[in-house]
Amino acid sequence: MNAHSEVAEAERAPGSHQSGRERLRSYTLGLALAVLLTAASFAASSSSYVWTPSIPILLAVLAIAQMGVHLVFFLHISSSPDSTNNILSLAFGIFVVGLVIFGSMIIVSNLNHNMQPMDQLMDMHRQR
Amino acid sequence: MNTLVDVVSAEIPVGVPLSERGPAPKRIVAAFGFWLFLLSDIIIFAGLFAAYAVLCGATDGGPSAVELFDKRHVLIETGCLLASSFTCGMMMIAADRRETVLTYSWALVTAGLGIAFLSLEFSEFAHMVHQGAGPTRSAFLSSFFTLVGTHGAHVTAGIAWLAIMMAQVGTLGFRPMVIRRMLCFSLFWHALYIVWIGVFTVVYLGAHA
Repeated sequence: MNAHSEVAEAERAPGSHQSGRERLRSYTLGLALAVLLTAASFAASSSSYVWTPSIPILLAVLAIAQMGVHLVFFLHISSSPDSTNNILSLAFGIFVVGLVIFGSMIIVSNLNHNMQPMDQLMDMHRQR
Repeated sequence: MNTLVDVVSAEIPVGVPLSERGPAPKRIVAAFGFWLFLLSDIIIFAGLFAAYAVLCGATDGGPSAVELFDKRHVLIETGCLLASSFTCGMMMIAADRRETVLTYSWALVTAGLGIAFLSLEFSEFAHMVHQGAGPTRSAFLSSFFTLVGTHGAHVTAGIAWLAIMMAQVGTLGFRPMVIRRMLCFSLFWHALYIVWIGVFTVVYLGAHA
């Protein structure tokens, strides 16, 4: 019985939290990391210590890191066989989300770029 | 009380390969199904984020994002939602140990923090509409109210769901079915915070960056 539970302990993939104490530790660690990342985001957005043009990228990195922290420590997405399907569908979800958001942004900025400025358009009307 | 112990979540047999273990426990299957719903919900939010990203400059001479948003207000809102995500986890630990009073207490704290978040958001919306920056003012404000309002509607639904779960704990007790529903609720609640990370980064902090 003892040997069996040891094997089960060894087989368990990292991040698959079972006992109450382990889960409590995971939630507490997740909360600490999330607080840290949130504070960093708010500080970075109005910081004069960071090179200004890089702030949006820094914010994006901090946000993605915090989403990862939440997925691992709160939603308990792990590498265990139990959540293989969850990870595969998550990958597909991230793909679709990226396609929708960045696809829209690229298409619309391209349309804006190709649109003639309003004053030129008015000039064309007058010349006619 | 012993009859209520979750039979399907019994120990996974050791040494049996994954392909020969038979169907997964119901708890895992139910969580996976709900996970698929959450991903489709997040794709809805992706559409709203895309609309906001495209329209955030279309202010039509009205107030812009930098003038409207108060960062301290958003920080408090974020704190409320993050804390409620944590207390929701505490509630699940208490529920798995079948501790009724502790479960109710954590649920109450979770719902209270959710309501605090909602009232802060509502006061912000009311203030904006009062200033003449309502959803009809410009395309930017339409997309802002749709995105943040949809998130707020989800939080409202989550609080209603939590209230129903507490009623079910009261009437049905901690049977596996109720625990599974609470597990789905906790997934929903944590996913809402993930969406909120996107909202405060893109909408509120992005405006000042």
